[in-house]
Amino acid sequence: MTDLTQLTLAEARDALRSKSISASELTKAHLAAMEQARALNAYVLETPDQALAMAAASDEKLAKGEAGPLEGIPLGIKDLYATQGVRTTACSNILGDFTPQYESTVTSQLWRDGAVMLGKLNNDEFAMGSSNESSSFGPVVSPWAPPEWSQDKLASALKGDKKGLLVPGGSSGGSSAAVAAHLCLGATATDTGGSIRQPAAFTGTVGIKPTYGRCSRWGIVAFASSLDQAGPIARTVRDSAIMLRSMAGHDAKDTTSVDRAVPDYEAAVGRSIKGMKIGIPKEYRVDGLSAEIDQLWLKGVQWLRDAGAEIVDVSLPHTKYALPAYYIVAPAEASSNLARYDGVRYGLRVPGKDIADMYEKTRAAGFGSEVRRRIMIGTYVLSAGYYDAYYVRAQKIRTLIRQDFENVYHAGVDAILTPATPSPAFGIGEMGASDPVEMYLNDIFTVTVNMAGLPGLALPAGLSAGGLPLGLQLIGRPFDEESLFSIAEVIEQAAGHFKPQQVWWS
Amino acid sequence: MSVDQATVRRIAHLARIAVTEDEVPHLQGELNAILDFVAQLDEVDVAGVEPMTSVTPMAMKKRVDEVTDGFYADRVTANAPASDDHFFIVPKVVE
Repeated sequence: MTDLTQLTLAEARDALRSKSISASELTKAHLAAMEQARALNAYVLETPDQALAMAAASDEKLAKGEAGPLEGIPLGIKDLYATQGVRTTACSNILGDFTPQYESTVTSQLWRDGAVMLGKLNNDEFAMGSSNESSSFGPVVSPWAPPEWSQDKLASALKGDKKGLLVPGGSSGGSSAAVAAHLCLGATATDTGGSIRQPAAFTGTVGIKPTYGRCSRWGIVAFASSLDQAGPIARTVRDSAIMLRSMAGHDAKDTTSVDRAVPDYEAAVGRSIKGMKIGIPKEYRVDGLSAEIDQLWLKGVQWLRDAGAEIVDVSLPHTKYALPAYYIVAPAEASSNLARYDGVRYGLRVPGKDIADMYEKTRAAGFGSEVRRRIMIGTYVLSAGYYDAYYVRAQKIRTLIRQDFENVYHAGVDAILTPATPSPAFGIGEMGASDPVEMYLNDIFTVTVNMAGLPGLALPAGLSAGGLPLGLQLIGRPFDEESLFSIAEVIEQAAGHFKPQQVWWS
Repeated sequence: MSVDQATVRRIAHLARIAVTEDEVPHLQGELNAILDFVAQLDEVDVAGVEPMTSVTPMAMKKRVDEVTDGFYADRVTANAPASDDHFFIVPKVVE
């Protein structure tokens, strides 16, 4: 039998329906791969008993011809999604062994459609980070090996401090690593400033952050509520379209979720893009953009032109202000959202001499350094005397950023093509140690999309000189994820697929 | 704008996060690095611009004001660090 973990999600779905494979054997193959890959640290909790029970139930449904759209498909779940009866930590010590009594809306829809849960995936603590190094469970190792490392060097780093091995991006680093290493057929992820698209770009996988309001945020640990969105990471454009259809939809429990029909996204995959107008924003050609990423961008332009799209130069003049404005808005919302972690109702409690002392000691012990830093910045920009100068000004700039996009779309542009990240993946321990802003610059191309609430898709389009994946990003009109899938399929057909050369981690 | 060490201590207290004296200079440096980075926003002309209040323009959804959920205190308190008979136990807050 061929290795079942090598199937795409769409291939596995079709093989399950034609009964050439069973859900149980598909799940077992993934559980075995996960066991072999524990050194990557992609999963923070494996749920094999639950997975096998769900797969057995799927086999029964498949036998009866009652299969859901994702029947028997094994998925990994980012540890930001509340899963009933299964420990959910946001990879923070402050949540301890928190075991939700409820299921997030998005995961409940995946189970409704027949998917199988393999386990919970690592992420940056409270989704704050771009390298998965801030997780309380430690960093995730990318299945992509650093250029020119010998097998011995890889093996000893993997057993040791992991320094120099590559990061899988963040905050959804467990999701991107698990998908790239074939430890699941797809994974849930979340994106507040780039946390789906940057890890997808670093690992040669496909990730989409849908329009704000497309997926319910209910039951997902909140970071910055006006920016957070759920979305999938998968190995192909089609697979991500299949997953998004199940994840999206209106939910009365999230008042910001939008009440409009969910299209059949898979039907958009392969649709012609002839006559579509694709914008190329000059502001994304930033100083210090690597020549190979610039080349890749030009290649992407050519592929779309060859497919009949019209390419136009556009301007998004406030682009450079998106990242600094984000570092006011996101910490402000985080400081408010994370006020709930006080040692009273759930999670860690450190005793104190009175209740204020208990709060302060609990939060000092429970939050990691990046989370503490962001809460403090957020507290400062919201404090009396600074609110107008920082927070209100940042929200005004956010209006300007959204207007930039509206002007471009109003002029007839269907989607915008940009690089996904300014560089390929870097090594564990190499970035942001002395200056937090160095790490923040990873999100320079992705964060504008969250600030404007738009859909954004990242997909691999080529390899760096060192053989590492490089991604392009497509930005769409509000609720026009379908065009992104159609355009992305053209790029994927032209660029091909990218996977780590061998399994070196087991 | 930049923060001094007294401000760092005040913010930490407002955020209910205990900081040791050793941590203060380090935090001060990090917070000032971020504040330096966001200072470039001062050059943007925002006169007459409305601050964003809703990222996806939509009408506020409303529902009937009635009880739709509840009656499972055991589940609500299941993850509490300290609870008794469906009450959360906290240090004494009223003298």
